[in-house]
Amino acid sequence: MDIIGFLVETGFWMATIRMATPLVFGTLGELVCERAGVLNLGIEGIMAAGCMGGWMWVYQGGSLWGGVVFAAVIGVIFGLVHSLFTVYLGLSQHVTGLGITMLGSSLSAFVFRMLLPKATTPPKIIPFHSLDIPLLRDIPFLGEVLFSQSALTFVALAAVVLVAFVLFKTPLGLALRMVGENPLAVEAQGLDVFLLRTLAVCAGSAMMAVGGAFLTLSAFDAYYIGMVNGRGWICIALVVFSSWKPYKALAGCLLFAAFDAVQMRVQQQAGMAIPYQFYLMLPYVCSIVALIIMSRKAAYPKALLIPFRKGER
Amino acid sequence: MEAIKIMRLEIRENRSFLRLIAALFIAVGFAMAVCSVLILWGGASPVEGWMLMFKGALGSRFAVSETLTRATPLIFTGLAAAVAFRAKLWNIGGEGQFYVGACMAVFLGTRGETLPAIVMIPWLFTAGALAGGLFLLVPTFLKTRLNVDEVVTTLLLNFVVLLFVNWLVFGPWKDPMAMGWPQSAPVVDTAMLPVLMAKTRFHLGFIIAVVSAVFVWWFMAYTTWGFEIRAVGSSITASTFAGMPVGATIVRTALISGGLAAMAGVSELCGVKGYLTTDLSPGFGYTGIVVAMLGALNPLGVIAGALFVAMIYIGADSMSRAINISNYIADVTTAVSLLSVLVALFLTTYRIRRG
Repeated sequence: MDIIGFLVETGFWMATIRMATPLVFGTLGELVCERAGVLNLGIEGIMAAGCMGGWMWVYQGGSLWGGVVFAAVIGVIFGLVHSLFTVYLGLSQHVTGLGITMLGSSLSAFVFRMLLPKATTPPKIIPFHSLDIPLLRDIPFLGEVLFSQSALTFVALAAVVLVAFVLFKTPLGLALRMVGENPLAVEAQGLDVFLLRTLAVCAGSAMMAVGGAFLTLSAFDAYYIGMVNGRGWICIALVVFSSWKPYKALAGCLLFAAFDAVQMRVQQQAGMAIPYQFYLMLPYVCSIVALIIMSRKAAYPKALLIPFRKGER
Repeated sequence: MEAIKIMRLEIRENRSFLRLIAALFIAVGFAMAVCSVLILWGGASPVEGWMLMFKGALGSRFAVSETLTRATPLIFTGLAAAVAFRAKLWNIGGEGQFYVGACMAVFLGTRGETLPAIVMIPWLFTAGALAGGLFLLVPTFLKTRLNVDEVVTTLLLNFVVLLFVNWLVFGPWKDPMAMGWPQSAPVVDTAMLPVLMAKTRFHLGFIIAVVSAVFVWWFMAYTTWGFEIRAVGSSITASTFAGMPVGATIVRTALISGGLAAMAGVSELCGVKGYLTTDLSPGFGYTGIVVAMLGALNPLGVIAGALFVAMIYIGADSMSRAINISNYIADVTTAVSLLSVLVALFLTTYRIRRG
């Protein structure tokens, strides 16, 4: 078993970046929601809905990019529902989030079964192909690792830059961050707390849904029920790990995916010396460990989980 | 947006019990109305669909027995969520604790010892509950000592436990007599919960679940510890100020909540299958959260919530067969019920005013 050996392999890095992509979308989406003071536990269900919706769009004859947009629209709809409950009514963000997750997961399973009742083996689509740009592709190592990825991976990287820019360099971002720290101060500035939070939750949920769509439109070519498989919950852990900062979130996702890729490799090479179930546990255990390490100094947005009601303080 | 801007929320002065019950019924009715759209899409009449569902859940002796059997673990997991949520301990790990209890039952119930059933069954429930409670203590300590959010940790531990069970039933606990199926050896006969209705699966676990619910209701309403749990849930600051043992209360809540969820596992294992598989629970831990909310976090309400959800699941199976609609309709209905109940409960405390 040669760990150093495959750290210099292109295959390992290709796998890492591919596995990090849905996490980047999900983590960024959750980060934007939490920065505005709303915990979105609906992430697992919203990813499932984007996963199924995007796939179904393409399966019914739509284009791949159309599928991505459709997934984003689904995300916005779930975001609107979540903000109605948490922002306007101020219900418990924990329980409504879980409700959204249940709704998103069960509705996507239901719709899939209704549209394709007889599908025993998952029907396939032609997913995004790798970019394969001439010249760039020929750069040793880096070219192979980066330009073997699909376009959605580059969208994810662009989203990191965009979210960081909007949050920290624009007045809108300042308002969004303030609304997660001190909504009263935002109201005193004459800004609409409800609108800002809704905006953040919808934008965040759209990113989560696109992260789900990446699974069916790029990483795999079929949809099967339960394929999000806890990735959403891992994103929530990664947000804490990143201290609510976009670039750190990207680094966290890459680190996490690299770890995942290592465990898959080790699993293949070590064979059955350690049962495979223990390797599969590692992502979840690592998330918990990451939470333990980072939570000590975690600077949660101060208004996170606290509903804002006019005239109440 | 204009309509929302002039909307204002106002706290109601009095919360009447009747209004609460009415709100819950309206919410469930609303959820069924929403899901009627899905039945229409499937090409059937919603009225017919819901009638079929009702018949499938309560239409015969066998149907009733199946509904009660399905409700049994849901009462336990619903209680687990209700107690924890009352203290604002967000235990989303009911699924994991369920399997911890089931594992304990298999561990102690397959060693060939022939204790009489009257000793064996209480012993398995006690040991299972203890294991589940201690298991929830891990994320609870992470929350109280290290400020680690328990929602994510309890959730992630569900995946870890399920993979562990997967390893057990494919590995060391695999029953060589099971023709290669990944399942554990069956527990001894005296560990099996007696069947209450001949020729059905309806078992003693239901009685134990109902008794537990009544006990938890009494405990929460009439004991100091119960009062402390509710007080910590409404305000940690005020509880600390009043000199309450906040830390100890949260630990107690975790032990009770984890224990109840684990009892669901023991009850399901010893009542229905008798051996451990990875599909022993079709998400009882998560559905317990819906049950708890449907019961307005009241232990007695949990019984009603569990019966309702069990009816939906059992009824949906026969409805989906009869009118050819996916049985995921049950999951969608419970999810929509959860969300509409949340709004309904909210409207019993607040009223929406214009202006």
